[in-house]
Amino acid sequence: MRMLINVPETVVADALRGMAAAHPELSVDVENRVIVRRDAPVAGKVALVSGGGSGHEPLHGGFVGPGMLSAACPGEVFTSPVPDQMARAAAAVDSGEGVLFIVKNYTGDVLNFDMAAELAEDEGVRLAKVLVNDDVAVTDSLYTAGRRGTGATLFVEKIAGAAAEEGAPLERVEAIARQVNQNSRSFGVALSAGTTPAKGSPTFDLPSGELELGVGIHGEPGRERRAMMTSREIADFSVNAVLEDLPPTGPVLVLVNGMGATPLLELYGFNAEVQRVLIERGVAVARTLVGNYVTSLDMAGCSVTLCQVDEELLRLWDAPVQTAALRWGR
Amino acid sequence: MLDADFFRRWLTAAAVCVDREAGRLTELDSAIGDADHGSNLQRGFAAVTAVLEKEAPQTPGAVLTLAGRQLISTVGGASGPLYGTLLRRTGKALGEDAEVTPGRFAEALRAGVAAVAQLGGAKAGDKTMLDALEPAVAALGDTTASFAAASEAAERGALATVPMQARKGRASYLGERSIGHQDPGATSSALLITTLAEVSS
Repeated sequence: MRMLINVPETVVADALRGMAAAHPELSVDVENRVIVRRDAPVAGKVALVSGGGSGHEPLHGGFVGPGMLSAACPGEVFTSPVPDQMARAAAAVDSGEGVLFIVKNYTGDVLNFDMAAELAEDEGVRLAKVLVNDDVAVTDSLYTAGRRGTGATLFVEKIAGAAAEEGAPLERVEAIARQVNQNSRSFGVALSAGTTPAKGSPTFDLPSGELELGVGIHGEPGRERRAMMTSREIADFSVNAVLEDLPPTGPVLVLVNGMGATPLLELYGFNAEVQRVLIERGVAVARTLVGNYVTSLDMAGCSVTLCQVDEELLRLWDAPVQTAALRWGR
Repeated sequence: MLDADFFRRWLTAAAVCVDREAGRLTELDSAIGDADHGSNLQRGFAAVTAVLEKEAPQTPGAVLTLAGRQLISTVGGASGPLYGTLLRRTGKALGEDAEVTPGRFAEALRAGVAAVAQLGGAKAGDKTMLDALEPAVAALGDTTASFAAASEAAERGALATVPMQARKGRASYLGERSIGHQDPGATSSALLITTLAEVSS
């Protein structure tokens, strides 16, 4: 195992200490594992709280700041945070205008956020919750836990965050968050497995020369395994999977996301192929974001997320944002 | 009769057992989940041992409720709320009596298992911890001798998850590829029940 760590047990705390040192504009509670924008609670503003397992950086801590999240709760690696963290975060950022929990659809995240909502409501916090479930690789049915929440989380956090920053009330921020989720679809591909610090070896076995189509952000398999494909073929497969599920009737935001171990050289090359498919399919691209945003430790691979936008959603996407990992317009 | 000390010994022994088996649980989880079940439970049960030493609750109900709350606050993932609810609801069902009969405990544990089923929205056959817990509580009777039968039933239940296809939790995303692997949650549940049998004998 070659990892830049001390011991697996302190990986998350060590990262939080480093984050605090790099970002004085954030208030980082290392012991209780809550990252809060320093000026919170902001009077008159709805607060947004998200969280999930660590190992997906910059999600979610990297998205805390003006124009996006009010607070984030990192759990252990690939493990959802506990209700105490979320309730503490909600109490720290609530200005009285209410709190929106943004929850990715994983059993652990859902259960813990539900318990946290009960705790926070007991403390008099007005709460709303939006579930992100954009991954088309696994289908919703009677027998599964439903679609996973992946890349669309970034769109939901950015666009709903902008609405909150403008002073929209809780019901409106919640409605926008839901709309963004409903308009978004993702598909991911793994070229190699990631390694968790606790296990010290790859979390799944992917022979070299093969790839996993429809991989999840914890390395959970999706649709099928195939022999290695070219960037062009992967783009065709991924974008078509997304478009098949939600054929857009308007312009889209594009997120070409790296899983952690794929260089930007490859991601930009892959983006060229994604844009080609979209042109071929007659889909107008409003904005494109390329980079490592919703990662899976050191997994190699990528995901594509499309979000259909109207004028208002696009305006909110373009609105100023100032976080560790996403900043523009200020 | 079972008193607070008995339940403290059970949970302390369970912590030792989870600590010993953490590697195996994580290995099972890496086959169909995300490779953290062992380390998560290890962290949670270590915290349970610590809080029971510090606060020393005086009734069986209080021991289990406190342990459940501690698991919810430290484990995370799905196992935190699920195991936490199992112990907390069992503890609540026991009320405030200083001692309880094995039959009364069996009844309370059945309520705990029902709460887990409700929270997770799962049922027997979905390849979850319920596949070990449900046969275990079905085998529990009015005597501590029935704890051994429950332990065997839980072990059999955990083994029976191998050919199942997961329909809940992260393993459900694997679909047919979850077949052929023992469920880590059912395995840890069997450990918990086996420990119960061990401390009662």
